[in-house]
Amino acid sequence: MAVTGGAAMSDASKQFEYLLRLGDNALVLGQRLSAWVGHAPVLEEEMATANVALDLIGQAKSWLDLAGQVEGEGRDADWLAYHRDAWDYRNALLVEQPNGDYAMTIMRQFLFDAFHLPLLEQLAASGDERVRDIAAKSVKEVRYHLRRSSEWVIRLGDGTEESHRRTQAALDELWRFTGELMAADAVDQAMVEQGLGADLEPVADAWRQRVDQVLEAATLERPGEQWMQQGGKQGRHSEHLGYILAEMQFLPRAYPDARW
Amino acid sequence: MYSQLVDTGAKGKPSREGMSPEEAAFQDRIDQDITVEPRDWMPEQYRKTLIRQISQHAHSEIVGMLPEGNWISRAPSLRRKLILLAKVQDEAGHGLYLYSAAETLGVDRQELLDALHSGKAKYSSIFNYPTLTWADIGAIGWLVDGAAIMNQIPLCRCSYGPYARAMVRICKEESFHQRQGYEIMLELCRGTEEQKRMAQDALNRWWWPSLMMFGPPDGESVHTQQSMAWKIKRHTNDELRQRFIDQTVPQAHYLGLTLPDPELRYDEESGHWQIGEIDWSEFWRVIQGDGPCNRERLGARVRAYEEGAWVREAARVHAEKQAARRAA
Ligand SMILES: [Fe+2]
Ligand SMILES: [Fe+2]
Repeated sequence: MAVTGGAAMSDASKQFEYLLRLGDNALVLGQRLSAWVGHAPVLEEEMATANVALDLIGQAKSWLDLAGQVEGEGRDADWLAYHRDAWDYRNALLVEQPNGDYAMTIMRQFLFDAFHLPLLEQLAASGDERVRDIAAKSVKEVRYHLRRSSEWVIRLGDGTEESHRRTQAALDELWRFTGELMAADAVDQAMVEQGLGADLEPVADAWRQRVDQVLEAATLERPGEQWMQQGGKQGRHSEHLGYILAEMQFLPRAYPDARW
Repeated sequence: MYSQLVDTGAKGKPSREGMSPEEAAFQDRIDQDITVEPRDWMPEQYRKTLIRQISQHAHSEIVGMLPEGNWISRAPSLRRKLILLAKVQDEAGHGLYLYSAAETLGVDRQELLDALHSGKAKYSSIFNYPTLTWADIGAIGWLVDGAAIMNQIPLCRCSYGPYARAMVRICKEESFHQRQGYEIMLELCRGTEEQKRMAQDALNRWWWPSLMMFGPPDGESVHTQQSMAWKIKRHTNDELRQRFIDQTVPQAHYLGLTLPDPELRYDEESGHWQIGEIDWSEFWRVIQGDGPCNRERLGARVRAYEEGAWVREAARVHAEKQAARRAA
């Protein structure tokens, strides 16, 4: 389903929007994940969660630096991360959803990773060299993210009665945020035309295939057809993002003259 | 230190008289700097003392993730966020190596964690203080990791092989942490008036607790001599504390900060910085559970453990199902 957002933008500003989406997804999810550090169910998971968060925040930095470069107004990744309000953030609604229990965190991660990997695989063949470089590096990291989150969904789905119930509940809760990931709007279409961005149709195919396969192994039931929430990619977020940013941006906002 | 109060089961200086032939042979090997390995015979008290020391150290790494983890979400730049996240992740890794080193002595991680969660096992008093501003992240790296290195470098030559080897890996990372912490302080001290105030305030709050990390003064440290004879401790608490002071005072001056000790002075004759009296009543209070954050820290660990129980159980049950399927 095409959303009309971005139809009237210039090519450069569409590129900027597109790069913000890539960067903001990684940043917001990395920020969410890092809240587990010190509180994970087992020590090995402290390390693994921190690893994924590190990868994502590193990727966010690369995408946002490139966004700033494309924009050409002298704004770098830090400026973009710390000085935009929620309406200027372009992440999907899925990644800003609360951590919840470990099943919710794992399911959110899996549903995102299953989208993120085929997306990056296409971007690693982008016509834009800068995009290609960042994507090629990120693909290696995200391949591991998807393997890990798939394994955990299977473990929890096909674990105990309790873990199954929690994981199914997480899936049911988050399903409505998955449609947006693969719903192409004018920005996505323009990026495909320019040879810079990814075609979301094959991404959606890969996503469905992966999700079906993992849910089956996890003995989880795929939720039925339902209304898909949208808006994050165009800057209309859930209530959660404001709080994430309030916390994340506190220091640079409170001390605007300081360097850190 | 990370293991501030380790009971060796023996007070005062150990004597050769009264040692069994096995114990005497063991002590001979220690005296010749021959490393003890897990399969070697060792006195029961040596084994127990090491378990206490290593597990206190491991618990400190894990509990130590909390005060710094508190600032990951608020780190003021993406670079600082990445560095802090990586640092806290390193500490989790240190915990893992150390639990593994302890396991070579015949305990398992579960027993050690149970002892932590029940409040029976100790961890370093330093982690029971709050991190109130971003400067605390600088001060912890500079002072707390700095003090940890001071204590741990000699432990790289500790008589027990697995512990010594774990310390070698850990020390490399701790020195990164210390540099990164000092760099945060430098940036703050070169910054705005508010940033300087933040840095000074953090030093004021972390200085004395950092000095307490080395444990009680030698006169009250009844287990030091036995630990030194076994070479699981290489220097006394006061020696290490003095080294730390001598290293750190000039660093504070370089930052343009004032140490919160009106009696601090340089003694020309000995070449050492002399400090005022440490408030040992504070130390004992924090060790015994009444520091500003003891309840929060232990509470957070217990909560993570309890809330994670269903996850660990699911992983266990799933692994069993998988094994059964493979066997079928
Ligand atoms: Fe450490
Ligand atoms: Fe450290």
